[in-house]
Amino acid sequence: MSITPEEVLRVAELAYLELSEEELHTYRRQLDGILAYIDKLREIDVSAVEPMAQILSAASPDESDSLRDDIVRPDSSGPKILQQAPEGLPPWFRVPRVISR
Amino acid sequence: MSAATLPSSWTISSIRESLLLKTVSARELTAEFFRRIERDNPRINAFLTVCPERAFAAADHVDALIARGESLPPLAGVPVAMKDVLSTAGVRTTCGSKILENYIPPYDATAVSRLESAGAVILGKTNCDEFAMGSSNENSAFGPVQNPAAPGYVPGGSSGGSAAAVAGQLAVAALGTDTGGSIRQPGACCGITALMPTYGRVSRYGLTAFASSLDRIGPLANSVEDAASVLAAMAGRDPLDATSTSAPVPDYRAQCQEPLHGLRLGIPRQYFGEGLDPEVRQKVEEAIAMLEKLGCRRVDLDMPHTDYAIAAYYIIATGEASSNLARYDGVRYGLREPANSLREMYKRTRGRGFGTEVKRRVMLGTYALSAGYYDAYYLRAQKVRALIARDFAEAFQRADVLITPTTPTPAFRIGERTSDPLKMYLADIYTVTGSLAGIPGISVPCGKSTANLPIGLQVFGPHFTESLVLQVAHAYQEAASPLPS
Repeated sequence: MSITPEEVLRVAELAYLELSEEELHTYRRQLDGILAYIDKLREIDVSAVEPMAQILSAASPDESDSLRDDIVRPDSSGPKILQQAPEGLPPWFRVPRVISR
Repeated sequence: MSAATLPSSWTISSIRESLLLKTVSARELTAEFFRRIERDNPRINAFLTVCPERAFAAADHVDALIARGESLPPLAGVPVAMKDVLSTAGVRTTCGSKILENYIPPYDATAVSRLESAGAVILGKTNCDEFAMGSSNENSAFGPVQNPAAPGYVPGGSSGGSAAAVAGQLAVAALGTDTGGSIRQPGACCGITALMPTYGRVSRYGLTAFASSLDRIGPLANSVEDAASVLAAMAGRDPLDATSTSAPVPDYRAQCQEPLHGLRLGIPRQYFGEGLDPEVRQKVEEAIAMLEKLGCRRVDLDMPHTDYAIAAYYIIATGEASSNLARYDGVRYGLREPANSLREMYKRTRGRGFGTEVKRRVMLGTYALSAGYYDAYYLRAQKVRALIARDFAEAFQRADVLITPTTPTPAFRIGERTSDPLKMYLADIYTVTGSLAGIPGISVPCGKSTANLPIGLQVFGPHFTESLVLQVAHAYQEAASPLPS
């Protein structure tokens, strides 16, 4: 199965990546090679295997569902966090216009 | 003691001894390491940021404890370095990426704050492949790192800066992160000790996420004992990471010194097949023979799904990465490329802020998770992951630990493999298996090639057997190169 230029463009859109023509071309070729290699996963019969999303339940079954209580605590990091914004407008983050009227 | 008379190599115990004998103060030792960094870092490029203010404050705190005759915490005065994917409050944390070039976290990662509470002196942040994606440190937006053990060669990756800082004696220990081999492989390439703990053993709070079901934090050090001390200082339950476990934290340093008694060493045939460099094979076989002399028994065994690990790993890791890296959108922190619409701003920011390898992996992961492909790729990879974990569970029925090479070849030259991403991925073959299974693994140096490049020996154990893995590595290290006492 070969990945088409249209599919590469679709994936770049899904991933919100602006790519140059050259990048699209290079990634198409490289993804093709990588996916051809990954196709070896089809050699194995996995019909009777449960998927493993994470190892915690296998490693320590008692704790796999331990969640802390949801307690409201005071937090003063808000201003520090907003300072990191490329375009801060405390107490908001500013972005380009989303709705046109 | 003047700088000229300070020893060049330090261990956690030699620092402790010198501090208690007052032959050096924590401040003097810290200043000595900053002098080394100033002298050698322009050449090695291991550090991206240094934090002298924070370091000297920590050192002064240790000196005050000594002056008052109070007991010292376990890592008192130990100069350490942090991989730049670990958040440090007030200290720039770039993740090796242009997109976070000026990012200053408002909080500390738990591993960072725990080491500091244990008395460690944090010197700065180390270079790494962008968002920990890579095996050579060549994917850093801030330039490659030189391997101190072999100039002109890569230090490995993605924790290349941490490995180079320790190997180049710019830090006594460092933290790295390992998703598919990123602690163990640079440890092997630079000729130092490098431990990936069990998934959940060390809190990931404050670690910039790459692949959340695989990411681990662990130590790089000059000896197994030092790696054990660093692990002990940061392991344990953290309410801020729901995947950190409350399994008791033993005295790893004491336990790693226990003698080996009739341990069964599993030798998986699949790790010694095609693609293994003959010199690496020979050094690893010599190490196995030495462990047998120390009273271990060799058990040859098969792990039939090993050959599928790379394919499963690169689907799972990139899938999780494509989701985790969605947060870099130019809104709340990091780079923003101006544009007229929100969507164009996202695309331009990410297109220009991310490097080549990160974009490649985000593309691969997005593709594998996209509608129509999920079952064929991600779900199938998770099932293969279960089979690889089963291989390990079965192997540990027959053996106490597994012994393998860490990497198929020693370090390669800077620039040698950058044009072929798949070839770079395939070199992770011996490390990604343990990553998928969630088990602990350590790499210790086991000699050098004829080109004088370090070779790593890997020891795997079942979940939460860090003590056992450290014990085998320590016994080997002592037998192979007895440290002067």
